[in-house]
Amino acid sequence: MSLKTFHLVFVTASVLLMLSLTGWCLAQYRDGGQAAQLVYAAISMVCAVGLVIYGRIFLKKLKHISYL
Amino acid sequence: MEIPYTVKPRPDTGLYNAKVGIWLFLASEVMLFGAFFSSYILLRVGALDGFWPDVPTAWPHGLLNIPIGTFNTAVLIISSVTVVMAWVALKQGNFKKFQRFMTVTIACALGFLCIKSYEYNEKFTHYVIRLKDGSAVTGHLDIDGHSPRFWTLATVTEKKMASVKVHVDVPNQFRYPVGMKRPEAHHEGGEHAEHAAREIKTSDITFLQAFVPATGTFFAIYFTMTFLHGLHVLGGAIVLAYFTYCSKKMWETDPERLTNRIEVGGLFWHFVDLVWIFLFPVVYLL
Repeated sequence: MSLKTFHLVFVTASVLLMLSLTGWCLAQYRDGGQAAQLVYAAISMVCAVGLVIYGRIFLKKLKHISYL
Repeated sequence: MEIPYTVKPRPDTGLYNAKVGIWLFLASEVMLFGAFFSSYILLRVGALDGFWPDVPTAWPHGLLNIPIGTFNTAVLIISSVTVVMAWVALKQGNFKKFQRFMTVTIACALGFLCIKSYEYNEKFTHYVIRLKDGSAVTGHLDIDGHSPRFWTLATVTEKKMASVKVHVDVPNQFRYPVGMKRPEAHHEGGEHAEHAAREIKTSDITFLQAFVPATGTFFAIYFTMTFLHGLHVLGGAIVLAYFTYCSKKMWETDPERLTNRIEVGGLFWHFVDLVWIFLFPVVYLL
C-alpha cells in the first residue's frame, strides 16, 4: 500500500470522526441544551464536508501515482 | 557494496525493501496499540454506572479539555496533508518545496506536543478530594494564589496546614455520560459557572490527589495511551526532521531513494495520526 492509498484511508477515517463528533455534539445538545454544542456540531459538519472535497481533489491530482 | 532493492522492487514482494519493512513494523504497532484500546474498552465497560467522584469506581467524564483535543486533532490532520504534499513535491523534483512542506509537518508535531504538555499540566494541578462524611469534590488548590502540582494529603500534613482553600468545580453537562439523568444539584451555575472557593479542614480530608496515573483506572490508561502516542509523535518528528535537513547530498546523488525514504516516513506519520483519530473519541468523548 503506497502513501497515496494510506492517505485516502486516513482522510476517510477523519471524515468518519468528524461525522461522529457532529452526532456527539447533537446528543449533548439534546441532553443539556447549550447553544455552543450546536455551533460545535456545525463546525464538525463543515470539516467533514471539507475533508470529502479535499479527498476528491487529492485523488484527481495524484491519479498518475500507483496505489501499491 | 550497494544495498539491494532500495529503489527497485524485489521480484518476490513487488515492493522495495523499506516499504516491506515499515509495514511489518506497523503491524507490530497495531498489536501494541490494539492491546491498549482493548484494555481501555474492557475497563470502560466494566466500570460502575454513576457520577465520578461521588461513586469512586465510576468512569470519569468531561475532565479532559474537548476543544483543545479537537484542535490537536486538526493539527495532526494538517500535518498528514503536508507530509503527503512533501512526498509529492519530491516526486515532482522540487526539493525546496519538499523542505517547506516538511517544516510545516514538523512544526505541527511540535505544536501537538506543546498543547499536550499544557493539557498534562492542567491535570497535574487539578485535584480530587474525599472527605470523612463520604462526599467528594474536584477542583484546584489555592495556596497563596498558586495552584500546586502533585500534592497529596501527606504534603498538606507535612506542611502542617490546618485547612486548604479549594476552587471547587461546578460540574457542567460534559461531566455526565450521554443519556445519564443530571441531578438537580448539578444544574446550578451552568456550563460557564465560576469555581466556588471553599476552605476545607485538613482533619476532614481522607484523600487528596492530583489527576495523576495513580488517581484511578481512567487516569492510568489515559496517561499511558496518550504518553505512548506522544512518544511516537516525538520519534516521528525527529526522523522527519533528519530526512528534511540532512538529505541534500542524497537528493543530489540518489533522488529516488530519498523519495522512497520520505514515503516510508510518511506511512509511519500517517499511522501515528490514525492512532490519534481513534484515541480522541474513545478517551475524550465516550
